[in-house]
Amino acid sequence: METSSKDLPRYDDATRMNHWAIALLFFAAGLSGLAFFHPSLYFLTHLFGGGPWTRILHPYFGVLMFLCFIGIYIKLWRDNLLNKVDKQWLGQAGEMFAGRKENMPAVGKYNAGQKLVFWSMTISLLVLLLTGLLFWHAWFPALPVLARRIGVVLHALSAVVLVLTVIVHIYAAIWVKGTTRAMTRGTVSRGWAQANHPLWYRDVTGGK
Amino acid sequence: MTMQSPMDVLARSATTTPSASVRQSVEVAKLIDESKCIGCKACQVACSQWNELSDDIGSTVGVYDNPSNLSDESWTLMRFAEVETQGALEWLIRKDGCMHCTDPGCLKACPAPGAIVQYSNGIVDFNQENCIGCGNCVTGCPFDIPRISKKDNKAYKCTLCSDRVSVGLEPACVKTCPTGAITFGKKDDMVAYGNRRSDELKDRGYKNAGLYNPSGVGGTHVMYVLKHADTPEKYSGLPSNPSVSPLVSLWKGAAKPLAVAAMVGAVVAGFFHYMKVGPIAEKEEDKA
Repeated sequence: METSSKDLPRYDDATRMNHWAIALLFFAAGLSGLAFFHPSLYFLTHLFGGGPWTRILHPYFGVLMFLCFIGIYIKLWRDNLLNKVDKQWLGQAGEMFAGRKENMPAVGKYNAGQKLVFWSMTISLLVLLLTGLLFWHAWFPALPVLARRIGVVLHALSAVVLVLTVIVHIYAAIWVKGTTRAMTRGTVSRGWAQANHPLWYRDVTGGK
Repeated sequence: MTMQSPMDVLARSATTTPSASVRQSVEVAKLIDESKCIGCKACQVACSQWNELSDDIGSTVGVYDNPSNLSDESWTLMRFAEVETQGALEWLIRKDGCMHCTDPGCLKACPAPGAIVQYSNGIVDFNQENCIGCGNCVTGCPFDIPRISKKDNKAYKCTLCSDRVSVGLEPACVKTCPTGAITFGKKDDMVAYGNRRSDELKDRGYKNAGLYNPSGVGGTHVMYVLKHADTPEKYSGLPSNPSVSPLVSLWKGAAKPLAVAAMVGAVVAGFFHYMKVGPIAEKEEDKA
């Protein structure tokens, strides 16, 4: 990766390490959870030492992921509040999908798609945590059966939402070149910032 | 514990292909005639003895129920209810335990392949070797029967003495019952006998007597003759119309394979989007 002294800092080291901790825990919790999601995915229990171990570990992965997410949430939630431009951006999202990025309205640090990813992750993780506690048999064996039944349905539903969101998140990072280095190196090129986040570029460079 | 032939499997938890079912056995059922039960608990003792279970000694909770609830080591339990019917006190005693549903909620909810098996004779059996201890069977059961052991984190419940039945013996509780309140045989015969007993009770003045074989779970392989079949709740909360919860059906129904398809589809769609539209490139001149 070419870097230059003129590159713009986008994420500090703490945020980046926080992000990657969440990413690793997402795969741990996600793969162990999918093992129980459908019989066709039960083979994933082999990754975690078999069925009982997968059942034991999954909730701890999940709780740790949630705790890590709190860190990045506190750091980023303000930047992800939706505004008027976001509405316009979403109305024109078809242009973006067609690869005609130049037709999109100028956005700040995050575009509306990124913001929706952020809130989708926030809400689905919160629902996953709360509903997961309802049927964490090892710690809460005596909860009413109705609570367990509501818990398992919402847990599975929000898990699918989170997985789909992460697929979008990862794809966007692969699709828009020059993006991943924001998390791997902490910096982005000036060209990337100008093309993808012009208002943020203006803010951090003072228009220069 | 299972000693059944593995060739007469009707359904197997978390399994999407047919199980070995070339051998068909006769559908069996246990019939518990509540009107003949004297609450002696010999069935509880026989169950513990045959299955070599020795539950911890508990403490009295002010009623005759002993132990106070089902557990991983108490698979059947006499529940005593004191009910007032038209000003008169009635002591309703029900032998609680797994009902061996035709549509078992536990099996539907179980994520571990082969941890719960339903045989063609109707017995629903837990296979602890495959159990992962998640407790989903508890979530799925409409009768609140399975219990997870605190010692080994496996699920346990009445096996309908599948080991005895497979070699032509009746369940231990049936063999020991001193009043003939528990009978065992072909399901058809037991239904006919239960209906006949209900008619006898009606003749004796119990006009709401009937057979409890709830259709909401496709019928059961443990049935009751009840003096008050119109209000089974009187018998320590026996549900009048049990069925697998719609929440459990939603959770384990068609939505799941569709969700798997959606997740795989999203990855495939992304792949083709990339191939069709191509990346949003970082302009070379911008890099400097």
